[in-house]
Amino acid sequence: MSTATKNQAATDGSLKIVQDATCTFCGCVCDDIDLSVKDNHIVEAKRACVLGKSWFFNHYVDQRPSCLISGRPASIEEGIERAAKILAGAKYPIIYGLSDTTCEAQRIAVGIGDWIGGNVDTTTSVCHGPSGMAFQGVGEVTCSLGEIANRGDLIIFWGSNPAESHPRHFTKYSLMPKGMFLPNGRKDRTCVLVDVRKTKSAKAADIFLQIKPRKDFEALWILRALAQNLSLDPAEVEDETGVPLSAWQDLMGRMKQAKFGVLLFGMGLTMTRGKHLNSEALLALVRDMNAYTRFVAKPMRGHGNVTGADNVVSWQTGYPFGVNMSRGYPRFNPGEYTTADTLARREADAAMIIASDPMSNFSQAARERLLAIPYISLDPKETPTTRGATVAFTTATYGINTAGTVYRMDDVPIPLRPAFDSPHPSDFEILSGIERRVKALKAAVRL
Amino acid sequence: MSELFVLIPGRTSKQGCGISEGKFTDAYQSETTILQICPKDMQRLGLNEGDRVRLSSETGQVEVAVTAAKGDELPPGVLFIAYGDLSSRLMGGDTHGSGMPTSKGLDVALEKIA
Ligand code: SF4
Repeated sequence: MSTATKNQAATDGSLKIVQDATCTFCGCVCDDIDLSVKDNHIVEAKRACVLGKSWFFNHYVDQRPSCLISGRPASIEEGIERAAKILAGAKYPIIYGLSDTTCEAQRIAVGIGDWIGGNVDTTTSVCHGPSGMAFQGVGEVTCSLGEIANRGDLIIFWGSNPAESHPRHFTKYSLMPKGMFLPNGRKDRTCVLVDVRKTKSAKAADIFLQIKPRKDFEALWILRALAQNLSLDPAEVEDETGVPLSAWQDLMGRMKQAKFGVLLFGMGLTMTRGKHLNSEALLALVRDMNAYTRFVAKPMRGHGNVTGADNVVSWQTGYPFGVNMSRGYPRFNPGEYTTADTLARREADAAMIIASDPMSNFSQAARERLLAIPYISLDPKETPTTRGATVAFTTATYGINTAGTVYRMDDVPIPLRPAFDSPHPSDFEILSGIERRVKALKAAVRL
Repeated sequence: MSELFVLIPGRTSKQGCGISEGKFTDAYQSETTILQICPKDMQRLGLNEGDRVRLSSETGQVEVAVTAAKGDELPPGVLFIAYGDLSSRLMGGDTHGSGMPTSKGLDVALEKIA
């Protein structure tokens, strides 16, 4: 790793087949993809959906150098040295991203956060972070996707559009599979979609309830009231939610009659005003339903290993995201230690962004701050974030070039089967190098 | 004359594929810079395909071309745009103690650009 790039992998024109490869584009983490690889290019991805195919087919080895410092090519060692100095010398360094890399790399990143006394936050904070807060308040009655495939006879999607965000969820887990207790597959299930928009997923549903924007909390509490057989004013219910009381009563009837009900919820809940209170309402409803039948909830997780990030950060610090280590022990406080806040409030003075693109996704105030401070980026592709980085590492793509572990959205760990080598180092290698240097720099200060 | 709408940024298949194809490709750029509006609202406001409008939220302002939402995907009063630079510009930095900026269901004023 002493030059800008490692040796190119062999390109002899032969066809290599990788069976049961894992797609890490979305939280479904399908591990049944058969890849055909020719000249370091994936030419076929059997069973992958449109998003998965795009993920595999557009994977080419980026010709950018493995390391750029202030836009100029540099050796990896120089990049690691510079990165470690930025992080070790900062007053309030933050580490962010992590949902599109392996658990092994995530573990090292948390270690660096500990050494530098900074924040460790993941993209969870801007996807299901509010649900993470709700889990702590209400708990989560849940199950694996395998149980949903084998048992779920009432499947409700709320504020989620799997047809476009998790295209194989219907066929692999939630609607189509013939399960142990559902021999006729789709025919044995009822699917309900609750959303503000009549999305492409509505076609797959038997019942579609179109609610008014920002009325999820109210709608969920109406269902909680109906679960308790409370009487409600029909005019008020329809006025609040845009859906007649009779439709909610019908849904509650189905929920009580279901043998195994499932509520799968998306960012329609967590990104809308109310946020964790919306998720809390849904989790409380599911908990209530267990007085009548078996009912479970599951957030629809987006990035390939965002669930792994929650698991690894929780395992190491006790909290899933938004963790601060400045006192030498972990503290958790969403809104204070979360990256959207530390940047927008101009508190962070250095950052390391791993496999994420806040320069596209964050508020203008947060983006302006990030551009104003020194930061390090690790990403296989060029993005607005890598373009603005002080030190930008081009890394190998997890799952395609590197092995490791990822967690499916139901917390099931899945191994990766890489298709071919990359000339670029992995996130794990870069982060391990930075950790070594940060440790040495911090130890020198303490002497 | 501007009118108030509720804007929902979200994932689309094309935007998702665009992430893999590259954020600087035309496909990603065009998918994330077009605003969907329900056909009834379009008609009422005298908007045609590709007309440009100004969207203003509490924190930002962007100019964007409009397209009619397919079928009855959007109810009147609701707009949709794929996640991207423009949707982020309309989002505020405050997370109300949650870590999550309000990123869906944003109040925006829509104004036709003459
Ligand atoms: S559903 Fe998700 S994990 Fe499965 S192939 Fe499609 S993008 Fe990949």
